[in-house]
Amino acid sequence: MLFIAGISSSLDTMSGLSINNNLFALHCRVGAGPASVDRALRNRFANNSTAPLQKHQTHLSFPYHHRYWRLLCSQPCSATLTLMAEEEKKTSDIERASLLVKELRECFDSGKTRSYQWRVTQLKSIAKMVEEREEDIVTALLKDLSKPEMETFVSEISMTKGSCKLALKELNHWMMPEKVKTSMSTFPSSAEIVSEPLGVVLVISTWNYPFLLSLDPVIGAIASGNAVVLKPSEIAPATSSLLAKLLEEYVDNSAIRVVEGAIPETSALLEQKWDKIFYTGSKRVGRIVMAAAAKHLTPVILELGGKNPAVVDSNVNLQVAARRIIAGKWGCNNGQACIAPDYIITTIDFAPKLIDALRSELKEFFGEEPMESKDISRIVNLYHFTRLKNLMEEDKVFQKIVVGGQIDQNQLKIAPAILLDIPEDSQIMEEEIFGPLLPIITVENLKDSFAVINSRPKPLAAYFFTDNEKLKKDFVENISAGGIVFNDTIVHVTVSTLPFGGVGESGMGSYHGKFSFDAFSHKKAVLYRSFKGDSSTRYPPYTPGKQRFLKSFLNGDILGAIFALVGWS
Amino acid sequence: MEAVAEVGGSYAELSQTFRSRRTRSVAWRKAQLQAILKLLHDHEVQIFDALHQDLRKHPVESFRDEIGVVLKSANYSLSCVEKWMAPKKVPIPLLFFPSKGEVFPEPFGLVLIFSSWNFPISLSLEPLIGAISAGNTVILKPSDLAPACSSFLAKTIPLYLDSNAVKVIEGGMDIAEKLLQQKWDKIFFTGSPQVGRIVMSAAAKHLTPVTLELGGKCPTILDSLPNPSDIKVAAKRIAGGKWGPCNGQACIGIDYVLVEDRIASALIESLKKNINRFYGENVNNLENLSRIVNKQHFDRLRNLLDDPSVAASIVHGGSLDEKNLMIEPTILLNPPLDAEIMTEEIFGPLLPIITLNNIQESIEFLNSRPKPLAIYAFTKDETFKKQILTETSSGSVIFNDVMVQFVCDTLPFGGVGQSGFGRYHGKYSFDTFSHEKAVLQRSFFPELEPRYPPWNDFKMQFIRLAYRFDYFGLLLLLSGLKRTFA
Repeated sequence: MLFIAGISSSLDTMSGLSINNNLFALHCRVGAGPASVDRALRNRFANNSTAPLQKHQTHLSFPYHHRYWRLLCSQPCSATLTLMAEEEKKTSDIERASLLVKELRECFDSGKTRSYQWRVTQLKSIAKMVEEREEDIVTALLKDLSKPEMETFVSEISMTKGSCKLALKELNHWMMPEKVKTSMSTFPSSAEIVSEPLGVVLVISTWNYPFLLSLDPVIGAIASGNAVVLKPSEIAPATSSLLAKLLEEYVDNSAIRVVEGAIPETSALLEQKWDKIFYTGSKRVGRIVMAAAAKHLTPVILELGGKNPAVVDSNVNLQVAARRIIAGKWGCNNGQACIAPDYIITTIDFAPKLIDALRSELKEFFGEEPMESKDISRIVNLYHFTRLKNLMEEDKVFQKIVVGGQIDQNQLKIAPAILLDIPEDSQIMEEEIFGPLLPIITVENLKDSFAVINSRPKPLAAYFFTDNEKLKKDFVENISAGGIVFNDTIVHVTVSTLPFGGVGESGMGSYHGKFSFDAFSHKKAVLYRSFKGDSSTRYPPYTPGKQRFLKSFLNGDILGAIFALVGWS
Repeated sequence: MEAVAEVGGSYAELSQTFRSRRTRSVAWRKAQLQAILKLLHDHEVQIFDALHQDLRKHPVESFRDEIGVVLKSANYSLSCVEKWMAPKKVPIPLLFFPSKGEVFPEPFGLVLIFSSWNFPISLSLEPLIGAISAGNTVILKPSDLAPACSSFLAKTIPLYLDSNAVKVIEGGMDIAEKLLQQKWDKIFFTGSPQVGRIVMSAAAKHLTPVTLELGGKCPTILDSLPNPSDIKVAAKRIAGGKWGPCNGQACIGIDYVLVEDRIASALIESLKKNINRFYGENVNNLENLSRIVNKQHFDRLRNLLDDPSVAASIVHGGSLDEKNLMIEPTILLNPPLDAEIMTEEIFGPLLPIITLNNIQESIEFLNSRPKPLAIYAFTKDETFKKQILTETSSGSVIFNDVMVQFVCDTLPFGGVGQSGFGRYHGKYSFDTFSHEKAVLQRSFFPELEPRYPPWNDFKMQFIRLAYRFDYFGLLLLLSGLKRTFA
């Protein structure tokens, strides 16, 4: 209404551009294509030759463009055929997605998902599913990430079960309307806040904790009474297909569905109108998701990542600190976790001691030959393996490796690596590492770490090992991050009373426990008035006396209001 | 070019101020809130003038809907802000003992507020109060469609509030576009769904969270009330709510009324009486009524009435005074449902009354349309109340009154679906402009060995028990007794 006409054209162009620049990311983190496409993409990456793509990017349609896709898919001899086939596929993807949403919306409108009973039944089924199919889950994760059974049990199975149980235990309580006080200005009245489901929601999850990060938001969506579509990541294909199979078997398919697929399928889903989109993944795709949501005014929750710092003071219990850092970094999917410590900041003097401690505890955990250890995940795919290898092999970085760093391309394994004092402008300090490389940055004075952290985008988590209470207080006040943990890493995700979510570039919105329920609920304000208590001062014709009355009334000044009414003031 | 420089310069200044951390202190926040109170106190007359110039609002209306509301909110925030700022302790499972968990609210940083022209003072200052209470630096862009209020805010705010932290930038769409190119930590927008989409798309580029306060066709359901005097009260409240606040140009204004056939005429009669009593009978002399904001909106409303089948449904009013941009309170009975007046948000003094055979049909009627910002329902039937509550969706539901939810600080104000997302007022305003940072404090002892690899069966058993919070089992396991029992 205000400035729509002028702004829209230029914004459209801009969003078009940013989307295109992000298609790589979409491909890498959310999407994947046939192997040949993967290779083509990697080559492009290696040569840094994005130029030929940009040529085609002037007026692309969001969020996925056929000409771009053709460029990736086309075989020299059958370009036209591919184009046609791909156009057909795009149309059918969109039709399928729109049909799916229509079915789910009908189901939601029937009111079935709103009942407490329905929600409880579904949640119980998920708990049962996780219990009964533990072995299948372990196997799938072993296939996708060589994730050690114990890790799978701790971080995927138990956490999912925990979320289910908590929701089951608390749901009644969560669903209860919250009574609130009303003010004198609406007397006599009563008011409450009612939680209602948003409708049909979309959950797009990621590959590093493909089971937990798919089901945890789905549990929230179900607890709040929504119909939900889950799009697991195709980069963890075994888990993706297991989720599709299990959910079909265990839960109500008229309201809960899984759509497997890559970019085309995701794009088709994003074109639909959802009542909420919950996305876990990269910043670049996060932008695409939010821009798609903007078209339908759909609220989003973006769970992104970031370079999470871990600051280590010299007054700490060194062994315990080292173990907790290792548990958070390499014990969590070998560093491929959005809350894993990305880099360490410590003082120059203390760095050698810390490195020694990390080295000896690493040996304790993963043995002399970490490449042989069964207790550590592998890198998810060749693309990420190459990305990490390149980070490590950058000129000024490679010579800074002080521990580990062995690689095995055939098994996609990278051993825990510690790097000391790498240049600030190296790629490894620019982007989120998301792998087993741990740079250590040294500062003169520990307090200098604040400036280092604040010079970068806000991370999802910030860790600080210290016994200094004053520094702790300063850290909380000066460092902005999704969450802060003192003297430990990653454990805050298991505390359901704490909201989990990012800020700034690490995302928006939070979940876990009651926060998950709230994330998928609309908080409806309800005010009950009676027919009595109608003051004529609310209504015209307006007089100075009414103005005096209102002034006192809105300020809660009862005496003043009475005076105004009786004409004394 | 000058505007670009202004935006860039202000942005840089705001970042610097935020980095200086002074906006975080309680003292700063309280001082700003007090400054708002003082501003309103000192300039009451100028505000009345500005609102009269832009919308011809009567001073009492201006006080009720703009100054008074903001005074109330600023006072409320002033008395609560310290409490809101305090970190909130949360319970932590025993397994983590000794640990401390808290939620620490922190300001987002630089926030951008776009306000709207219909309540140009309160829709600017109300979110500003939230942003300041939460410790942010702010750029406020008032609507250029209420130019007198916009320039009043631009001139006066720097005189009262910390001018390095709170800035007003005036302008139209060109400035809005420039502002949207910057990276904000939060954008708060009040306005139409069309512009809301543009704002959110721009925010997506910088991953900036947004709150969108949009509008929608807010219905009023009038059940057949057993007591005739109740119908009178309902009609009075409807007449006061429809034409009182800005002559229907309000996002929570009543858009249309749903009523059973048999009481439609009683309602219309009662509404007419109230109109005459409240606003007078002559379209040329409606001093208690705001005018239409501008020619464009006047024409838009006139076009709604131009449709012959719509014109035929007018049962009261309908006269227009183009020179003064005045439209008389107008009641329409059953205009066609596919006419624009029933498909678009009216945002003006036209009130369609739609009759139904049975008031129960209203549920389906509402559910076949986008979710409104508010649903008003006059009924004494508890079952029907419950039905409205659970079977429809809207930003808020108000029983037996209209508009009053706006002054209720304890209720969240905001939309759902097409009427927007995010909420504000009272504590919700503070939350809207705060990031809730999770803070967990652990100590170095005790250390639970089974957390770490290399993995073995004992550790697996331990973790299984730990996740069940089975402390007795854990004790048995640790003392070596578990295996004998297992």
